[in-house]
Amino acid sequence: MPKALPAQVASVIKFSWVDGPGNRFVLFLQGCNLNCLACHNPQTIPLHTPGAISMSIDEVLNQIRQSMPYISGVTVSGGEATVQLEFVAQLFRELKSCEEFAELTTFIDSNGNATQEIWDQLAPCTDGVMLDLKALDDEKHRELTGNSNKQILESIKYLDSINKLYEVRLLLVPGHNDSDNELIDTAFWLRSINPKMRIKINAFKTHGVRALARNWPEASDADLARYKTIMN
Amino acid sequence: MVSLENIRDVVNDPRFTYRQRVANLANLAENLLDAPPVRKQCADALEKRIICDMFEGNAPYRPRYLLPDYKKVLDNGSTFLELPAAKNFDDALAFLLIMYSATPSITGYPVYFGDLDSLLLPYVDAVSEEDLYAKLKRFWISLDRMFPDAFAHTNLSPTYNRVSKMILKLERELLQVVPNISLKVDPLLTSDEYILDAVNTVFACGKPHFINDAMMQTDLGPEYAAVSCYNSLKIGGGSHTLVRINLKATADECDGGVDKFFETTLPYYLDLTAELMESRILYLVEESNFYSSSWLVQEGLLDLDKFSAMFGLFGLAECVNTLMERQGIAGTYGHSIAADDLGYRITSFIANWVSQRKMPYCNGNAERAFLHSQSGIDLDLGVTAGTRIPIGTEPPLIDHLRTVSRHHHLFASGISDVLSFDETAVKNPQAVVDVIRGAFKSGMRDFTFNLDSNDFIRITGYLVRKSDLAKMPSARHASTYLGAGSVKDSHVDQRIVKRVMSAESSPSSSS
Repeated sequence: MPKALPAQVASVIKFSWVDGPGNRFVLFLQGCNLNCLACHNPQTIPLHTPGAISMSIDEVLNQIRQSMPYISGVTVSGGEATVQLEFVAQLFRELKSCEEFAELTTFIDSNGNATQEIWDQLAPCTDGVMLDLKALDDEKHRELTGNSNKQILESIKYLDSINKLYEVRLLLVPGHNDSDNELIDTAFWLRSINPKMRIKINAFKTHGVRALARNWPEASDADLARYKTIMN
Repeated sequence: MVSLENIRDVVNDPRFTYRQRVANLANLAENLLDAPPVRKQCADALEKRIICDMFEGNAPYRPRYLLPDYKKVLDNGSTFLELPAAKNFDDALAFLLIMYSATPSITGYPVYFGDLDSLLLPYVDAVSEEDLYAKLKRFWISLDRMFPDAFAHTNLSPTYNRVSKMILKLERELLQVVPNISLKVDPLLTSDEYILDAVNTVFACGKPHFINDAMMQTDLGPEYAAVSCYNSLKIGGGSHTLVRINLKATADECDGGVDKFFETTLPYYLDLTAELMESRILYLVEESNFYSSSWLVQEGLLDLDKFSAMFGLFGLAECVNTLMERQGIAGTYGHSIAADDLGYRITSFIANWVSQRKMPYCNGNAERAFLHSQSGIDLDLGVTAGTRIPIGTEPPLIDHLRTVSRHHHLFASGISDVLSFDETAVKNPQAVVDVIRGAFKSGMRDFTFNLDSNDFIRITGYLVRKSDLAKMPSARHASTYLGAGSVKDSHVDQRIVKRVMSAESSPSSSS
């Protein structure tokens, strides 16, 4: 099989404790197909940018080797990982087929804005997807991300049905998508798909965001306590 | 020299409890005697603290560390203690407390309590869960109240069992500094569930340490334990003494570069370290009559042939940095491949030297001393413990592990690093399990970490509670006095905390 084109990479983290189960190697890819106001990594939205590094599959594998044997697996994040589908699929196939990487799990951190065909290509070599949901209400979702959430809700249902949905992450911004009603509706909708679904709350922080969102309030401890009470 | 005034000061010192005064008086009395004889150059090096006897005292009359065979005494009973073999759980717990009260060490308290889960496991079949909790809790509180010294150490065996599970639970509940604990980790026998339970216990109270069981067994045989702070020795044996070489001071004494250091200065001071050690061993074994008179030896709970001595080193980081600077090469220990390589060249050289040097009464290690990376005392100012990276300059976790791991196989009687983690670890304890398993696969012997935010500070290998330091100048635990000095002078509370975060919260393009 010909090697995929080099990836446009925003950064590499050799040890991460917040990108899936256990200690993980994380590859942050360039390019996103949403345009979220609350994005923490806005410089990763364009596919090509002067700050990006170009990396081949072999270069990424070499970097992963340096993190072994301390890691549980590899997570590809972004940007939106599925924008560079060919590269991710080939990287994960390599990981799954080489004996030296046999114990590693492969995870994708995604915004969910991808078709069923894309998931079908990734599913055989992917152990789990961590998927972000910005808002259940389509109108609100368009406001926050510039796009409809139709595809994202479909992704959640589809990935759950094929047992590849590891968790759904909610980025909650006080006053924008965190009202009691919104949270109750979201929790109800997610649990109706799978009563045991893992839901992770990410509290909004202004660190890294663009000018428009910089004055939005950060989630307080009281907010977090309220989110927890409602979601559980 | 000890003066009458020194003695008077201890007698009247309001900071000390009665027992602490008695222990200090014993040290002063011992130091009225002349130290075991050594050549003048050895005495001078000791005086300048280029080599150091750990202030063990001028007339060694008990081994520094001893590890009685508790299993044997529980099984056979003791004539000296007038106790029959333990028949049930209550017998065993009482027997052990009596044993500890009759077991000396350099601190005056036992440094080893036994591998308590495997020692007690044969007695718990008939004990309900409720009774196990209540009785073990009483016993655990007794350990801390009766033996108030954080160097007193127990080990947990590699297999998760009822007793080890209860011990970890009690640790999280009681938050005591005694006992110090090491968990023996085997890659197969020790389950993730067990390590997770232990990792969560570290979050609560800074214990246990994790030790590489396979590596220890290769070096020490199946009957070994970690005692005091990171001292791995044979059960039924121990270490007569611990003498250490200050590598920083050795580099300072060298008036040339790297070549001269290896050819002349280092061998010269290694030889003086060995001389001091030998002279102390000879006094202990041939003059003090410990081994010929102790009931522990007579009843077969200790065996002179399982003893050796510990050849310690410290200040590797400063030694390397001094030599690098002298050679005009950029780079410091923990931050440069050239510096790290020089560090490894030094430890390998010393390991080889120690393995060639015959040492009397060291049949526990084929007539050789055990090499030990000494984790520091409260008086070490500006000299980093053992082979560690200086506090406050620690690199990211993966680089930290890579720098220090390569030394670990050389130090059969113990080596250590203390890693400081932040709250991200608490939310993902499996990540810590991954790092521990990876560290052992990569050749680490001991893995010790601390959570930045609990009440405990790990000083060298022992713990103090921040809340106890706040109550100084008096303390119930003898070890808290030492800890207070280390926090004040060596800033052990300022280790760089590892933040193993994602780019989600600290995004950066490589630009």
